[in-house]
Amino acid sequence: MELTRRDAVAALAALGAGGTLSGCVAPPGSTPENDGGSAADVDTERIRETMVAAAEVVYPSAVTGTASFVDAFLEGRLEDRSHAVALDATVAELNDLAESWYDDPFPTLAPDDRDRFLREVGADTAAENPDGSARERIRYYVVNDLLLALYTSPTGGELVGLENPQGHPGGLESYQRGPDA
Amino acid sequence: MSGTRPPAESAETATDADADRTPVADADVCVIGAGPAGGIVADRLAEAGREVVILEAGPRFDPADRLARQERAIRPSYDRQDVWDGDAERDAYSASGDRQYPLNRARVKGVGGSTLHWQGMVMRLHEADFNSRSVRGVGADWPIDYEDLRPYYARAERELGVAGAADNPFAPPREEPHPMPAFPPSYSDSLFAEACDELEIAMHSVPNARNSESYGDRSACVGYGTCRPVCPSGAKYDATVHVERAEREGATVIDRAPVQRLEHDADSISAAVYATPDDERHRQEADAFVVACGGVETPRLLLLSESSRYPDGLANSSGLVGRYFMEHSFAGTFGVLDEPTRQNHVGFLTSESHQFYDDADAEYAPFKLEFFNFAGPSPVGMALTGDDWGDDLLERIRGDYGSHIAMGALIEQLPREDSYVGLDPERTDDRGNPVPDVHWTVGDRARRTMERANEIQREVFEELGAEIEWQQGPENTVPTNHHMGTTRMGTDPAESVVGPDLRTHDLENCWIASSSVFPTGGAMNPTLTIAALALKAADHVLESA
Repeated sequence: MELTRRDAVAALAALGAGGTLSGCVAPPGSTPENDGGSAADVDTERIRETMVAAAEVVYPSAVTGTASFVDAFLEGRLEDRSHAVALDATVAELNDLAESWYDDPFPTLAPDDRDRFLREVGADTAAENPDGSARERIRYYVVNDLLLALYTSPTGGELVGLENPQGHPGGLESYQRGPDA
Repeated sequence: MSGTRPPAESAETATDADADRTPVADADVCVIGAGPAGGIVADRLAEAGREVVILEAGPRFDPADRLARQERAIRPSYDRQDVWDGDAERDAYSASGDRQYPLNRARVKGVGGSTLHWQGMVMRLHEADFNSRSVRGVGADWPIDYEDLRPYYARAERELGVAGAADNPFAPPREEPHPMPAFPPSYSDSLFAEACDELEIAMHSVPNARNSESYGDRSACVGYGTCRPVCPSGAKYDATVHVERAEREGATVIDRAPVQRLEHDADSISAAVYATPDDERHRQEADAFVVACGGVETPRLLLLSESSRYPDGLANSSGLVGRYFMEHSFAGTFGVLDEPTRQNHVGFLTSESHQFYDDADAEYAPFKLEFFNFAGPSPVGMALTGDDWGDDLLERIRGDYGSHIAMGALIEQLPREDSYVGLDPERTDDRGNPVPDVHWTVGDRARRTMERANEIQREVFEELGAEIEWQQGPENTVPTNHHMGTTRMGTDPAESVVGPDLRTHDLENCWIASSSVFPTGGAMNPTLTIAALALKAADHVLESA
């Protein structure tokens, strides 16, 4: 089932929206006064590559169009400066660990190795926490942000028989319909 | 793709400590509390030209943060209290009853009050609810009856914006249609309907304070599915509607300004003493005061305002301030069918049954049955809390989502002397004031009625062919966030705190607008009655000056 730009827009409607994704820049809309984190630029390309690579692992194999969906999702997500800075730090930490353990950054690992690495980090059993340990932040900013985007989108909902998932403003028709309608 | 709605962690508590929080000069009316009762009273009085000031203990929330707060409601790292910036020190409380009372899950402090997180169900009380002692032989009669409140109910439905239908054969008489058409029944309702037909249980629509079409400047519901605890679209009514309208009419709102005590002489209140975020104290003087702090903080404020003239608490010559705390006990049945039930598309209810409500007597309480549209887990909730992902997660969600089914019931709890809100002298809040002690006692009649509701629910599930997974009843009931009864209304000053005009018997310039005035609670969600009483209180304030 293909994830579409509509899915990403729908996810953004629930989670945040706006902005552009281009290179190594400070997220739009941010200023040094309100960044809420490091003044260093955010490496959006590394974030994009890492999140797409993670999505290929945490999304079910039936899903296609992952890269463009994640791109569109990140466009909006990175507009919030504090979120972008925290995500950037978490992605950097994740990649440092991958290089230590597998001699390569996370996005270049084979899918099975990415899956194994995320479990070795402990992101599978960790409770998400934006202010917690590395594995808790990886769960929050990487794994759960991606799962949140998917399962609040129409396509993610349809995967499980729910066209209007929680968090998606999908109107008032679907709740009245039967399963065969 | 546009907009600037932030992620969950970026919704911030108000920090505008420098805002002007000095008292308003020459105020006619001081309203304490910016929930639905306070908002409606303030709106009505400001519209009538009164100089109104509202003192609110909690913050004013930025509407632009609604989506971030929704994300908090979905994500497991946030507690329910985090959605609306609950503050454990500010909101500290005790619960000395046999049952733990989860007060801070049951309320929101801030402009809009608990309507920010409410479900939004708005039924009128039945006629017999006003005459419980006379008709059912238990409880206390109200000093007013349904006919007295009936025009205020109609006004309240227009004020909140209620979507409903005239298909409820058990509802009290009404004079006009609801302002908006009811939400159509759900597919899940249609499954229940077959079983209920067989059992001769009548189902009907639910009146919702939620827009089924655009209403005023608020949009129709768009189906976000997170109504409780946050509606990002504004289609669900919350009291910011009235507070903001009151401000446009000239009222002043001072937020983050918890009232510490009410200064008074023998006959009247002279000032509300409130604290500011930097812990200064101010005195808000006014000609009239309306206490609209809900069923817990209203009696607490009166008890905190004790004096040599009123050593047991203000407006408490009867000794009943804080007494007769009532809730609605919940009875529920949860299970699965071997077919899709289409849950969690929306976050509100579309069908219920009041069929058994007026069978109530001294042995059994009134109760209503609810048919859920959000039974079982939501897929996104499952995704964020599991230790799997990819195909394994999808398989797990497909296995667990979509076949659940659930019924609920709200049960009246009688007013009892051993159910009360007092002060806990051993514990103080962030301002050094004794915290409220919620001593919740359910009682045998409510327990029997929970068993009865569970029996009916079991019959429906068996007729449906559903497997019952668990039930919630007398042993594991929970409250439904409805605080009532702690400053009861009556004609006898020895037996009540306020009169039929909502004015306290002791103080000539103090009114109470709250479910705290309910003598007996009924089993209907109370907010429409709160709104009707707030409109009535406003009329009485206007009559007085």
